[in-house]
Amino acid sequence: MDFDVAFLLSTFVKLVAAVPMTLGLFACSVSLGAVFALGITYCRVSGGAFLSVFARAYVFVFRGSPLLIQMFLIYYGLGQFPAVRHSLFWPVLRDPFSCAVLALALCTAGYQAEIMRGGLQAVPSREIEAGRAAGMSGLLLFRRIIAPIAIRQALPAYSTEIILMVKSTALASLVTVWEVTGTAQRLISQTYRTMEVFLVATLIYLLINFIIVRVMALVEYRLSPHLRERPVSASDGGRQGEVHG
Amino acid sequence: MADAPVPAISVRNIHKSFGQHEVLRGISLDAQDGDVISILGASGSGKSTFLRCINLLETPDEGEITVAGETIAMKRNRAGSLVPADRKQVDRIRSELAMVFQSFNLWSHMTVLQNLIEGPVHVLKRPKAECIAEAEALLEKVGLAERRNYYPSHLSGGQQQRAAIARALAMQPKALLFDEPTSALDPELVGEVLKVMRSLAEEGRTMLVVTHEMAFARNVSDRVMFLHEGVVEADGAPEDIFTNSESERFRQFIGNFQA
Repeated sequence: MDFDVAFLLSTFVKLVAAVPMTLGLFACSVSLGAVFALGITYCRVSGGAFLSVFARAYVFVFRGSPLLIQMFLIYYGLGQFPAVRHSLFWPVLRDPFSCAVLALALCTAGYQAEIMRGGLQAVPSREIEAGRAAGMSGLLLFRRIIAPIAIRQALPAYSTEIILMVKSTALASLVTVWEVTGTAQRLISQTYRTMEVFLVATLIYLLINFIIVRVMALVEYRLSPHLRERPVSASDGGRQGEVHG
Repeated sequence: MADAPVPAISVRNIHKSFGQHEVLRGISLDAQDGDVISILGASGSGKSTFLRCINLLETPDEGEITVAGETIAMKRNRAGSLVPADRKQVDRIRSELAMVFQSFNLWSHMTVLQNLIEGPVHVLKRPKAECIAEAEALLEKVGLAERRNYYPSHLSGGQQQRAAIARALAMQPKALLFDEPTSALDPELVGEVLKVMRSLAEEGRTMLVVTHEMAFARNVSDRVMFLHEGVVEADGAPEDIFTNSESERFRQFIGNFQA
């Protein structure tokens, strides 16, 4: 195969033009999914039996079935019902971008809810008890003690989920959203140069995820000073083992 | 008796069961301002549970708790168990009774200084600058001024417990509750914590101390309570109770420590 730099470059430029669409799908679905996930996590841990069953069922269904099928059901399936077509939601449900965002958000909400629950469970009960003993309760206790610790615990799993979501946006091409993968397929159908176009698309996804990985690592670093090496400052360097009596 | 001082802490007839097991079977206690009361007992005697009932970390099944003249309002729920009637009151009374835990329970995501100002700033809603100045003075007092920007995981057990004591003091509490403060420490670190506690006793702080440190109970406290199977088996001034207690069980108990 000849190495056609001019073609690769023009492909790169065309695919980069679709990056805003990919990032738009990603940003909308991850943030909307996070809002849903907060609700599901609340249902799961708030103690009500009915709410807990609902949350478990939600997680089971959306984690247990293919995202592509969920997306097809929302985009192609719902429109079959006249009640849906005449409802308030039709302007949203007939738009490919909104449907893709909705499907992605509903799916990631199931995963994110499990990540959030894991983070909450990892908060040591001793530290919560210290908060209660100091007179904290309710939202104050959650905001100052529980949430900060839970977020730190959940962050590594959350990074993974976010990267998966960048890749999942490729499925939106199958409901006619022209993001990077969809645009790549259109180019291939015009040029028949599958290898080159998909390699350039791969490069673009790798670049996006590289930036996301770096940002998440930075966030993790900033939020976990207590998990790093103990500080060594000029004033106490060399006598860290000393115990003040 | 009309102008008898209001006790800092007054506890009446506390009962508490876990399932079928009745851990506390009617315990009462009055602590005046400045009293240092050591609560002794074998493990399982209910002494920690009793302490945790005072700030309602455990809800007693029966009984009444009064802090500085204010009785904690309790009511019965539909199942017939005692529950606090007013959560806000419980939060407020907890902020007046600082607790020091066996495993320190410092907030791991905050530095020592942040641990100290957390309660004063966010629970007591006091100005931050003022709280920081006080916290620095407290850290000086417990010998941790240089460690103020360390995280708990970077400190030894003894340092963590001294930080936890400073955190308790930062709340300017009416009384301090110590739940086996030295039991989780390596033996060589116990002394530094006891030294801080002794200085607090000398300042006239009101302290309830659940402990296994016989020397502390005997030399520092004004009063010693010995719990056995959920009741007060012996109670009195340390010089009396340690030398000639009528309780055979208490004599046996202290005998174990003098072997």
